[in-house]
Amino acid sequence: MLSNLGNTILFINIFLGFVIIYLSFQNIKSKNYVINKNVYQLCLLQSTFIIVSFLILITAFVISDFSLISVYQNSHSLKPLFYKISGSWGNHEGSLLLWVIILTIFSFLFLLLNKDHPHNYRAYTLISQNILIIGFLSFTLFNSNPFSSISPIPKEGLGLNPILQDPALAIHPPLLYIGFVGSSIYFSAAIASMLTNYSGRLFARSIKNWVLISWFFQTVGILAGSIWAYYELGWGGFWFWDPVENASLLPWFAMTALIHSLIVLEKRSVFYFWVIILCILTFVLSVTGTFLVRSGILNSVHSFANDPSRGIYILIFLSLLIFVSVFILFRKFKTINYDLNVNSRETFILINNWFMIFYLVTVLLGTVYPIFTEVLINQKVSVGPPFYNTVIIPVVVIFLIFMSVGPKVKWIKDKFRNLNVLFKILLFSILINLLIVYVFKSYSLISNFIIISSIFLIISSLIDLYKNSKNRDGSKSRILSHLSFGFLVFFIGLNHNFSYEKDFNLKLGEKKFFDNYSLEFKDLQLEEFQNYKSVIGEFKIHNTNRNLEKFLYPEIRIYENPSTLTYEASIRTGLFKDYYLTMSNIDRSDYYNIKFQKKPFMMMIWISVIFVSLGGLIRVFKNAKKNY
Amino acid sequence: MQKKIIEIIVFFLIIFFIGVFFIGLNKSSIYDTNNLAGQKLTNINLKHFSENKLISEKDLKEKNFTLINFWASWCAPCREEHPFLLKLKEQKNIKLIGVNFKDNKNNALNFIKNFGDPYDDIARDEFGKQSVNFGIYGIPESILINKELIIIKKFIGPLSNEDFNFIKRKVNQL
Repeated sequence: MLSNLGNTILFINIFLGFVIIYLSFQNIKSKNYVINKNVYQLCLLQSTFIIVSFLILITAFVISDFSLISVYQNSHSLKPLFYKISGSWGNHEGSLLLWVIILTIFSFLFLLLNKDHPHNYRAYTLISQNILIIGFLSFTLFNSNPFSSISPIPKEGLGLNPILQDPALAIHPPLLYIGFVGSSIYFSAAIASMLTNYSGRLFARSIKNWVLISWFFQTVGILAGSIWAYYELGWGGFWFWDPVENASLLPWFAMTALIHSLIVLEKRSVFYFWVIILCILTFVLSVTGTFLVRSGILNSVHSFANDPSRGIYILIFLSLLIFVSVFILFRKFKTINYDLNVNSRETFILINNWFMIFYLVTVLLGTVYPIFTEVLINQKVSVGPPFYNTVIIPVVVIFLIFMSVGPKVKWIKDKFRNLNVLFKILLFSILINLLIVYVFKSYSLISNFIIISSIFLIISSLIDLYKNSKNRDGSKSRILSHLSFGFLVFFIGLNHNFSYEKDFNLKLGEKKFFDNYSLEFKDLQLEEFQNYKSVIGEFKIHNTNRNLEKFLYPEIRIYENPSTLTYEASIRTGLFKDYYLTMSNIDRSDYYNIKFQKKPFMMMIWISVIFVSLGGLIRVFKNAKKNY
Repeated sequence: MQKKIIEIIVFFLIIFFIGVFFIGLNKSSIYDTNNLAGQKLTNINLKHFSENKLISEKDLKEKNFTLINFWASWCAPCREEHPFLLKLKEQKNIKLIGVNFKDNKNNALNFIKNFGDPYDDIARDEFGKQSVNFGIYGIPESILINKELIIIKKFIGPLSNEDFNFIKRKVNQL
């Protein structure tokens, strides 16, 4: 029943998409300068239907309706309610429906909230967005249907991969999707802008908030994924340069570049075509990421189940997307000589964009390089963290310096008047770094540069904040993001250099001494939970220097559906350091292998990212207050 | 004119990228392992999983045949093929070497503990670097070689019943 209902709604929504496109064209042709009321109503109906279809899918998961293949494959009647719900988007088919929901809702909201802009620009945006909606709905319906039924109906489901049963991962896909699927709306707006010649300042205003919203969600989505990797994978790291992680980072770079270029377009009416290129690039990269992850062309720890037919569909869609948008761009493109002054805010923002594009190209190349070598020279290679770290990290130093200096420079033209202050900040940063090295320990030359440049950015931003404390022009949100980014790099640098790891075997009742710590294996319990059994160890960690004691409880979980073992790290999170303990049993022995890690400033890293993203969100609210 | 040239270059690049993606998409299914057959393995340099020693060419020449299997605890298809590896262990003429690929040591040990240990020797390739020398891209993959280190066949993906029978036939031919 739910299967039929879901399918019917998806069909209706495809039909509604065509009707909206037709009516929008009629609207453009007519001399009526407002969008027809029917279009609003149809968009509302379309959004309501798609939400209802998703609620139907969630209901199927909640009531464990195994007549649906996606429920059968990804759920189990014994699963906790929360994971039954999150299971609905924790698989390829359901997550694709989530894609379409975001496309549809953003389409409706853009129409609703941009009433001050010309009707033909809004109508073309709606047309472009509905073409995307129809494309993805057809893909969902004909290739990856979450409402496909199975007969005979199985009595029990196969269960959701236990490693995915985690709160951070449950919210990670929706956040990330709002981010990169949200970019579809400014892709559509960019196409509409070119078709209607609606360019410059007002166009920038019409998409600014949408870019900020998608950037905010993309940032927190990536954060949720990192937190999950840190807590769940049990390796103590938080970024692995895995192709799937990279796929989420690529649109983020493009969005970040876009946010900055939009400021220039709004203030100075320059970089219009560059903004258009970035709008297109962001969404194209989002679809490319989806293609890379879903098609199985790349192997990754957490890619979706592979199916080449999905890949072909997304690839055809991606090709059409690129060809149509690039074709329109070339038809409309005009060469404009901007004549920028070297020492101007515009130039610095342009430099920011070059950096972003450099990072983007590096990560893109690293991600797709194995595909190219395999196809072109039949050689299989693996691009790992050493490549990214070697290419990206040194450039971060220069990037941070520009990021510190840029916001202080005036629009159009400035004098080199801040050099003295900057030199003092630099000296002060070097001094702080020396102090860290002197008091704690020395680290590599590149780490020194990273720490110095991050402190440089932090101090510059703090000075900026002080100077702008009475300013109400919205610069504080920018300063907050920049300041937090400085802290983020600073804490990652310290975390990298001051992390500590110890690996040993212990049996119950034993105590191990190392450096200024002792670790005692105090207890071992077997507990039964709703959907798994758990062997829980109790460990006492004692810091002999400070006479501090903490208890840690690592687990070995035994899941039944599907039958899997997972190792849950026990993490004592503090503001300034985390103690991280994993335990695993050793074959034919009473001993357990214990991995102890001290990870400084993990919490500060998460907090920094939250504040980086909050800067964007605050700016959205400020803009909303100004009514654009 | 300049604009035209740029346009052509951009379109060419797009077609090139999409073309590579398209071929890449079909590559895994059409990937021809036959051209690997007959080639000789050289520069074997694998770190032993638990002992402080290297697995070298000598270790691969102990029996008439050696199957090098690339696996990890996080790889679901590896579990699927595991029973076949356990059955292969019962064959006399073949040595099984497992290469633990980009894995957590404890997880790998537990995998072996829970599913059984089919291997005569296990190597550890923590960062997947050595495996690249074997042309390994994803896992599981297995390479069947003879005493002269000549590749007889490369198996991409989990070993199937058919693969198992092929190896069994080959090994018992002598």
